[in-house]
Amino acid sequence: MSNNENKKTPLDPVNDNANRQNDDFSLNDDRRVKVLSPGALVAKRFFRNRLAVLGMIMLIGMFIFSFIGGLISPYGQDEQFYTYTYMDKEFAGVVQNDEVRYTVADGKEFGTLLQAKLMLAMNKNETSFTEGGVTYEVITEGEEFYSVTADGEPLAVASKDIINSEGEELPYSVKYGALNAKAAGETAFTADGVDYTLDEEGNILEGDTVVGYVSRFIVSPVQSGTKISRAFKEELEQCINDGEEEFVYTDEDGVESTYTITYKADSQTWSVMQETETYVYDRYAKPSKEHWLGTDTNGMDMLTRLMYGGRVSLIIGFIVVILETVLGVVLGGVAGYFGGWIDNLIMRIVDMFYCIPSMPLVIIIGAAMDAMQVDPQIRMLYLMLILGFLGWPAIARLVRGQILSLREQEFMTATEACGISVHRRIFKHLIPNVIPQLIVMCTMSLGSTIITEATLSFLGLGVKFPFASWGNIINDVNNAYVMTHYWFIWIPAGICLLITVLGFNFVGDGLRDAFDPKMKR
Amino acid sequence: MKKFIAKRILFSVVILFCVTFIIYTLMRCLPGSFVENMAMTLSQAPGAKPFEEWLAQLNASYGMDKGIIPGYFVWLSDAIRGNFGESWKYTVPVIEKFQEVIWLSFVMGGIAFVLQLLIAIPLGVIASTKQYSKADYCITAGALVGISLPTFFFATLLKLVFSVKLGWFDLYGLVGRNYAQLDAMGQFLDKANHLVLPIATLVIVSVGSLMRYTRTNMLEVLNSDYIRTARAKGLSEKKVIYKHAFRNTLIPLVTIIGGSLPGLFSGALITETLFSIPGIGYTSYQAMTAGDIPFSMFYLTFMAVLTLAGNLISDILYAVVDPRVRIA
Repeated sequence: MSNNENKKTPLDPVNDNANRQNDDFSLNDDRRVKVLSPGALVAKRFFRNRLAVLGMIMLIGMFIFSFIGGLISPYGQDEQFYTYTYMDKEFAGVVQNDEVRYTVADGKEFGTLLQAKLMLAMNKNETSFTEGGVTYEVITEGEEFYSVTADGEPLAVASKDIINSEGEELPYSVKYGALNAKAAGETAFTADGVDYTLDEEGNILEGDTVVGYVSRFIVSPVQSGTKISRAFKEELEQCINDGEEEFVYTDEDGVESTYTITYKADSQTWSVMQETETYVYDRYAKPSKEHWLGTDTNGMDMLTRLMYGGRVSLIIGFIVVILETVLGVVLGGVAGYFGGWIDNLIMRIVDMFYCIPSMPLVIIIGAAMDAMQVDPQIRMLYLMLILGFLGWPAIARLVRGQILSLREQEFMTATEACGISVHRRIFKHLIPNVIPQLIVMCTMSLGSTIITEATLSFLGLGVKFPFASWGNIINDVNNAYVMTHYWFIWIPAGICLLITVLGFNFVGDGLRDAFDPKMKR
Repeated sequence: MKKFIAKRILFSVVILFCVTFIIYTLMRCLPGSFVENMAMTLSQAPGAKPFEEWLAQLNASYGMDKGIIPGYFVWLSDAIRGNFGESWKYTVPVIEKFQEVIWLSFVMGGIAFVLQLLIAIPLGVIASTKQYSKADYCITAGALVGISLPTFFFATLLKLVFSVKLGWFDLYGLVGRNYAQLDAMGQFLDKANHLVLPIATLVIVSVGSLMRYTRTNMLEVLNSDYIRTARAKGLSEKKVIYKHAFRNTLIPLVTIIGGSLPGLFSGALITETLFSIPGIGYTSYQAMTAGDIPFSMFYLTFMAVLTLAGNLISDILYAVVDPRVRIA
């Protein structure tokens, strides 16, 4: 139709001048009055319409983006990305001991009843109590440090300091000695004939080896199976005493971890959080060099998803429109050409289809497919078929109306006189005359089909994961947090959708104006 | 004229009959997941009947055990008497639920429609009188942007700007948190406040097509001979446009406006769903996704009736308004 590229326009001044100089009276082609073919006229009018050209540029841009972009993009449609994140995990709880704890002599019993009695005695500052006919003596050995003897034999000690054994459990006598020394502020003591030293940090040394230590902090791991080393405890204690909130500790294996200490006033405990590295899906990553538009909820590259989504949206749009055009042209053509009862029948069917509310119907079918758990790919196929099947009546009506008026014209009488077959008469002589209106209508309905598909996908009833579509990308905003915090998830998809549909509408509008013979421009 | 109307009405009834039959067949062919789910829940109760028995019993009680054609006629005879059965999801008669929610949709649609007319017609006239001017380009482009905007995207943008960033409106719902404590005036204002964004969405998304329709028809009229005559007589441009051209443009406009009046009852499925406004659209959406056949049947029938009524009104108006159209 458009063969204007091999015709020079008569308005080309350079060309005209050159020709005039060469041969003023030539009757060459370029000297004749230029007649533009109807197609060229349409193209000329179309390209004069700024909006239409803009629409065309937008469409070309979106096509390149969706179809070529997907090939260029280094990532796949459903390629997931991972990242390391640092998470604070509860590692240990620390309690400063502020109540007396009992250390019982080896092989002796010191039950709760006795503990309670002792507590009473300590509070009243009594030196003995009786229980079960036995008299127990309470000796105040130092500040918050008591020992209990039954009939002169040492039974237990009560103290706020706690002896932790390093390696083998220390015998009672050593513990007692250590506590005694600590209370008295001495640095050496003897127990069971062995000399021990108690250094400033509370270590109990036998010769040079540390056999235990005295401390007021109890450190208990949160997860069972975690062993908390002595060195770690000391470091922790130091930090708590210094009021620090964070410290770095390197364990025996040389792994360095950062710990955060928080003090809980209500339970008077410190909780120690270990910062650990975790390997997770890179969800909702901010736009970066690797991911220009960040990543989505499944850790997939957003830009790539957008490209593939565009492909799906455009392909669905085209297939639906092709489907409805074929149905509409055939049925409309037949109805218009034959008239009579065929026309009546087809037009009544068209009327019926007009009455069927398509959006609710597609929603119902979508929900039913959800219930049947249809495979996403087959679902996409069904979606196209349904949309195409519901969309043809408008086109049939248009084609029929045009053909009704065209078939009365002389050229149709001529075709009849020439004995051209009915099939050829309809599809070779009538339909081409409807093409302009048809192109306009198809362009416009491409836009609206894409919107319909996007709306359905947005509602979760159209294209489904793992396939991307601009609609189901925006679906993420159903999570209000995503809507407010991750603009890069849904705004680009909406803009793509808007640009594409707007492009189709601009072009369709421009074509309508260009095809209209009444237009003066 | 009376004969024409009678014929058209009769014709519409026949179409409605066919359409409802198609819809009924479709609804029956889809898996009745709602009934199955219900039977499943009931059969899991301790000491209950097995699933198949429950399914059969429920199907019988819902009239689903008959074949499609007898089932359709049972439904039809009930529907003609205004009995559309009981909604499965809402567990009240369908009509009751419908009466509860329809007025909200009507008010919303009505306000949006009036606003559309007020915006679209003047702008369409301006665009056509200044064809190919900057104003025309702006209006045409604006109208096309409105048409091209996906409702859900635009509504979300509005929510982000006005609800989240500016905090003027709530994100969802028809009433605020402290609705119950407000006095009558306060309750009214609260509802009005919640309807601002949905109505804005509706107006902007659908104003474009009316605007373009006005422009196209006005252009057609402006290109006609009697306008040239009017100008040749030396009438002022104002008089030409508003007395001669605009009045003639009113013919197609009145036709299309009349035709879209029944549509005011149809509710805005997507917009209502997005803003959780309990109108007919949102109510039906929930019913449809839950597989509630009685309500869906009613809603689809109702929509079909509205479409038919719209076509009928516009046909009749066309004949009434335009004296050149005479119907034998």
